[in-house]
Amino acid sequence: MLMRSLLTLAWSSLGSRRFVALLTVACIGLGSAVLIVVEQIRMEAREAFTRSVSGVDLIVGPRGGSVELLMGVVFRTGTPGRGMTFESYRQIAALPGVTWALPVSFGDSHHGYPVMGTEADYFKHFRYGRSQPLAFAAGSPFSDIFDAVIGAEVAERLGYQMNQQIALEHGLEAAMDAERSHQDKPFRIVGILQRTGTAVDRTVHVSLAGIEAMHADWLGGRPPDAFDRLSAEEARLVAKAPERISAMLVTLDQRAAALFMQARLGNWPAEPLSAVMPGPALLELWEIVGVAENVLRGMSWCVITVVLVGMLTVLWSGLEERRHEMAVLRAVGARPRHIFLLIIGEAFLLTLGGVLVGMFFAALTLSALESTLVQHYGLSLSAAFTGSTIAPLFSGLLVAGLLAGLLPAMRCYRRSLSDGLSPETGG
Amino acid sequence: MPTPLNYMENSLMYEQVQTAPEHEHEGSPATDAAMVEAAQLTESPLTSVLAVKNLSFAWPASSFQIGITDLNVKSGEHWLLEGPSGSGKSTLLQLLGGVLLPQRGEVRILGQRWAALTAAQRDLRRADHVGFIFQQFNLVPYLSALENVLLPCRFSPSRRQAAESGGGLMDEARRLLAALGLGAKDIQFRRAARLSVGQQQRVAAARALIGRPSLVLADEPTSALDADNRDAFLEVLFSEARSANTAIVLVSHDTNLRAHFERHLTLEGGLC
Repeated sequence: MLMRSLLTLAWSSLGSRRFVALLTVACIGLGSAVLIVVEQIRMEAREAFTRSVSGVDLIVGPRGGSVELLMGVVFRTGTPGRGMTFESYRQIAALPGVTWALPVSFGDSHHGYPVMGTEADYFKHFRYGRSQPLAFAAGSPFSDIFDAVIGAEVAERLGYQMNQQIALEHGLEAAMDAERSHQDKPFRIVGILQRTGTAVDRTVHVSLAGIEAMHADWLGGRPPDAFDRLSAEEARLVAKAPERISAMLVTLDQRAAALFMQARLGNWPAEPLSAVMPGPALLELWEIVGVAENVLRGMSWCVITVVLVGMLTVLWSGLEERRHEMAVLRAVGARPRHIFLLIIGEAFLLTLGGVLVGMFFAALTLSALESTLVQHYGLSLSAAFTGSTIAPLFSGLLVAGLLAGLLPAMRCYRRSLSDGLSPETGG
Repeated sequence: MPTPLNYMENSLMYEQVQTAPEHEHEGSPATDAAMVEAAQLTESPLTSVLAVKNLSFAWPASSFQIGITDLNVKSGEHWLLEGPSGSGKSTLLQLLGGVLLPQRGEVRILGQRWAALTAAQRDLRRADHVGFIFQQFNLVPYLSALENVLLPCRFSPSRRQAAESGGGLMDEARRLLAALGLGAKDIQFRRAARLSVGQQQRVAAARALIGRPSLVLADEPTSALDADNRDAFLEVLFSEARSANTAIVLVSHDTNLRAHFERHLTLEGGLC
């Protein structure tokens, strides 16, 4: 009853200073919006990052930087290294303890999207997020040499339909250079994957045989002369089994054997290889990225601090002119702690209003950013905007607001003890 | 320089025009409490609402003093305490209301010594039994007249109960405002800051009287009013106080007020 009375009083008091109160709420709103947006992006980025691949125990590739291997295979961003022989792939896949293994081959692109050569089993075995399998929005895995399966983003951005013919380009840059194009050997879209929020969305998947056929008339990484050029049908006949692939994905019967297998592959006799465990490696990589993340996070808390100091200033500067009002309240029976609660109540209402406005702003911003972030970074934000992620921020902000209100409330409390009831003099 | 306390008896002289029979309130806190109970239960016209004996108070580092030798206000009585400007009337009011404690002597409210209570207990007791009217700026500016009148009921359950027993909180507040000449709805719902000074004082009176407190302490409540308004104000204040059996102690320098009061006490001097 009394608490409600005090909140009503606080509400009326703020209402009498509507302009300043609304400005304060708007400031807190903007500050909390910044914090919420940054936190959401940060959490979703981390989530997307560490869950880009799941169920793969080892990524095996040429010896060299493990970061390069990881980036190349998981994010399909890096330039491929020397790669490894297909023979090694076959031997490793046949090792006891290996459940399944998939070859992956990079080097071509389509309008800037990476092309990945692999086997049709990729669509069966590959997992992302929390062990989610890939799902087809339309069509099925590739079966013919010149079949392609595209990720959701590729389909959406380029407006591709099923059975459409597409031309791939040599190299990772989207060089619209006829010389370096594989447009003489077009691929047909036979499948479109559902959105995953990972690099898969940005990938054009073809068979290893398709990669070979594309390059059947190439020699030493150079495009063929007009005389040596083969048609698609000729290439189909000529294409050999692949000699080299970029890397391979390995899943073991027992995850615990990964360390042992990693050591064994590190000493592969036929050629220098290295193996990376993607889970720990991704986390490690994120730690490096995380420095920037923490700076961002620190900055958004700075914004909140500034905003709350602003609220403190508003409450504090109002105290002098409200001294007489406090004395009146004392005279009608309010105890000093009621005065304290009144000021805290005002801080609470301002913060609550601000945080609610902030959540609204944040939701607006995130939905506005969503399409961009999904397209460029595969971050799906609306999914992350849930109670469990917002609740800690929400309560954290409210507590911070109450703490900011503590100072003026204490001052008011002390003064109402010494001021007494006389409103004329205040003393 | 002699301490102010030593000079108190000489520097201040109090004349009690009508001597009231004295109650002796010596005794343990237990008997004090019993007396309070009795006082609250009987509510007879003879109940001592406010009793002052040998009171003296001086602010530290000030040559200024206040004192009352003997004063006994019974329920329903109207007292005028007269004193020139600067004679410490506001401080005296705070002593009577238990906001300040005297350095010597005692003040009892309904038989209970203020000094025997903790600060929190005094706050509670004051909220339950004492209404205040000040010279001006009595109201919370952002609340309506009606909300201002209802304020004491928010902090004192006993006054809320008393007000509700008269047929509902709102009705009682409206009735009081109407009795004080503020019956118009648009005035009752107008924000206090936008009322005239005369209206504000009447709202303050209604607020002091709501929930039938035993005592209303008023500090120059009429000084901001002209003669006609002043007389009308006192008239309605008294008639409402009478029907609630509330005692009124009003401090003022205005000797013209004496005609309205049955009892008065003159404070003289103040500086030494």
